[in-house]
Amino acid sequence: MTEKEPLFSAKNLKLLREPLGSSNPITVQVLGICSALAITVQLKPAIVMTLSVIVVMSVSNVVISLMRKMIPPRIRIIVQLVVIATMVILVDEVLAAYAYDVSKQLSVFVGLIITNCIIMGRLEAFALANKPWPSFLDGLGNAFGYGLILIIVSFFRELFGSGTLLGYQVVPESFYEAGYANNGLFVLPPMALIVVGIIIWVQRAKNNDLVESN
Amino acid sequence: MENLINIFVKSIFIDNMIFAYFLGMCSYLAVSKTVKTSTGLGIAVIFVLGFTVPINYLIENYILQEGALSWLSPALADVDLSFLSFIMFIAVIASMVQLVEMVIEKFSPTLYSSLGIFLPLIAVNCAILGGALFMQEREYANIAEATSFALGSGVGWFLAIVGIAAIREKIRYSNVPAPLRGLGITFIITGLMGIAFMSFMGIKL
Repeated sequence: MTEKEPLFSAKNLKLLREPLGSSNPITVQVLGICSALAITVQLKPAIVMTLSVIVVMSVSNVVISLMRKMIPPRIRIIVQLVVIATMVILVDEVLAAYAYDVSKQLSVFVGLIITNCIIMGRLEAFALANKPWPSFLDGLGNAFGYGLILIIVSFFRELFGSGTLLGYQVVPESFYEAGYANNGLFVLPPMALIVVGIIIWVQRAKNNDLVESN
Repeated sequence: MENLINIFVKSIFIDNMIFAYFLGMCSYLAVSKTVKTSTGLGIAVIFVLGFTVPINYLIENYILQEGALSWLSPALADVDLSFLSFIMFIAVIASMVQLVEMVIEKFSPTLYSSLGIFLPLIAVNCAILGGALFMQEREYANIAEATSFALGSGVGWFLAIVGIAAIREKIRYSNVPAPLRGLGITFIITGLMGIAFMSFMGIKL
């Protein structure tokens, strides 16, 4: 990457920055919820998932953007699915080879990146109409925005649910002796929804533009 | 037979696609504004799941699995194509959705117009691919078991989306804090519904 001015012009930086806040894929665009909730019990799978989505998303955005003039509009969905599925197979094989236990933990959810609406959504909305470099940035930005929520949710769920972070004990032993107990509810699936609901609440309370009418 | 009913009930209540695995969340959140449209989408999901999971089951067991090709010739007994499963499943789903759409359009135009845009959208509904992948992971013994799992998951999804749509129709008249309106409150209600569904978890079948 050369540090030429046009590469990181204000417009391009905006593509990278906006998905982290005011157009966050999860809390604002409502894309990619499925996987975001299911794998956030612990921090580690959430981080691995984020990395996988970053790879799949930025590469498939670039590939589709390179092919955008050749794809007949009628069959574009199949073409997009094939590109995404190929990338996901690569990621899945790499995970199974180098991080087997995490890949077992993620179970079907790596495969489900294929139908993660976030990726289809960005391909449809952005990569089909833009040049490769902005598409790459858009993919990167959205994947980071997605990962940000994933990591926040899993941070709270692991901290309160099992008193650990990344598998290391962080709540000191003396707390437990004083009567502190892990909140088992945080480990259960419904709590993920409620944590995301609260994140949305906080974000919208700060940014009034995002508030929906009833 | 008893076994099939067990799988059916289990996949509706205990392993509910939405409340236990969050599959098909995107369309669940986007299309649950009125009961009528969500009923349409729910039926379409049951329909497509009921078709694609058995087909994917056959593909998995007669083409993709290690040694599955040995019915063609004994020389192929150690061919393992399981790395292709994602791409095969998604291709089957996308083409089945197209096919189902054409069949419905031909034989029942009323159902077709009520499902409208939802049919093509189902191709990228995670619940469908999720159904296929869970079928692969749980290794059902025969095609009947896989089918009853598929129908059960579809019915579970249907129940969830119709339930949340009914609640959202009512909640329009209540005074929700402004930043929580719309998406936020839907998430929290879904969480509460999930906690309610967890009461089925202790049931042994």
